[in-house]
Amino acid sequence: MEVLLGITGKDFTLIAASKAAMRGATVLKAADDKTRSLNKHTLMAFSGEAGDTIQFAEYIQANAQLYSMRNGIDLSPSAVANFVRGELASSLRSRKPYNVNLLLGGVDPITLKPSLYWLDYLASLAPLPYAAHGYAQYYCLSILDKHHHPDIDYEQGLKILRMCTDELKRRLPIDFKGMLVKVITKDGIKEVEYNDDARVACP
Amino acid sequence: MDTLVAQYSRPMFEKENNYDEDQMDLYNPAPSMSLKFAMPPIAQPSAWLRAATDDHANPDCPIKIAHGTTTLAFRFQGGIIVATDSRATAGNWIASQTVKKVIEINSCLLGTMAGGAADCQYWLAYLGMQCRLYELRHHRRISVAAASKILANLVYSYKGRGLSMGTMCAGVTPSEGPALYYIDSDGTRLAGNMFCVGSGQTFAYGVLDAEYSYDLSEEEALALGSRSILAATHRDAYSGGFINLYHVKEDGWVKHGFNDTNPIFWKTKLEKGEFSNVTSEMV
Repeated sequence: MEVLLGITGKDFTLIAASKAAMRGATVLKAADDKTRSLNKHTLMAFSGEAGDTIQFAEYIQANAQLYSMRNGIDLSPSAVANFVRGELASSLRSRKPYNVNLLLGGVDPITLKPSLYWLDYLASLAPLPYAAHGYAQYYCLSILDKHHHPDIDYEQGLKILRMCTDELKRRLPIDFKGMLVKVITKDGIKEVEYNDDARVACP
Repeated sequence: MDTLVAQYSRPMFEKENNYDEDQMDLYNPAPSMSLKFAMPPIAQPSAWLRAATDDHANPDCPIKIAHGTTTLAFRFQGGIIVATDSRATAGNWIASQTVKKVIEINSCLLGTMAGGAADCQYWLAYLGMQCRLYELRHHRRISVAAASKILANLVYSYKGRGLSMGTMCAGVTPSEGPALYYIDSDGTRLAGNMFCVGSGQTFAYGVLDAEYSYDLSEEEALALGSRSILAATHRDAYSGGFINLYHVKEDGWVKHGFNDTNPIFWKTKLEKGEFSNVTSEMV
């Protein structure tokens, strides 16, 4: 029941992840950050098997940062995405594959084009205008199909994200403790102040 | 003396004496006489049915039940909107694209079908029959509450025997006004303002919840119902075909067409710029 959402717009990419860290029937932490920044312009959100997720995310983070140090230039979001896909693909064929699903959002520092990549534990890679993982797909993709346009600005993007999170609060049977939202623009990655306190009633 | 009084007096509330009969109809939902089904001669018919039909665990099972649907209904200021897709699937096979999933029980009552196609078709037709009999016996139209309860009690009497249905009853009666009920084969019966049922329910809920309000105009409500089914047919592999749209008003239901989703999808995409994930670019 982890929620990952990603939305691109004119000049930004929004990444949102649920704040609950759950094990079985217990919420262990209600302010978890399921994202890691890979470099100045690329953010990765992850869900999946406990343990695997953070191990894999930090492994990718370390390699992306090593590349930046060695070469004095960051990998572009598409380069990171293809690197991650390669790692997942070889992991999938190992004795113990990583069971991790990812969203990778970024803004290319040269072309300034925002991008969003959807990856799953079977090493599928798909660049998409908007994406979700887990049960959130069932509720949010139809909303995004209707309300998303490629040239939306940041405010419209947040408005659509709000529609999605409200719907999840309304219909998901488990409380996911709200969303942690981050935005990637040409100026880098920033956490968004996102008010989660409002209750949403089921009609 | 008592015997004399008894002979000439009438019981109180005589006019309501068919009330008992009425109640009995609700208490004894199992069909009588002609409607006796042959059951397989084994201890647990439902377990046997599951073994023969569960194609998730057993892909080459002998019987594939037609499943998979999107249906929705919601109440608003102008009545009730009922909308469905029209696809019937049996496993991965599309068995039909032109199924009528709204059954017209009478001029003021509609039922929707989701789940096992045969179960729904048969029992909603049976419900239609019972509603007509009620009308003939009582000289008034059945309430939505009572009609839904006939069905709920009926499916409950078959609980555990493998029925599979998720239906909604929508209708208007002078006593209740517009009323909407959800009934499923577990025996659940719920009154409510909005329900989406079937494998595409979540997609329909997504679009519907985001823009639903009780004060929607008739035109907006019809458009929203139709758009919610379109959303589900786009994302759910087991939903598709045509959009079947009804509006239940005070003086009965009105049909608003049985329209192919394909041209509607492309019209929506090209004119409104929605579905921006559908591109002609290769990745």
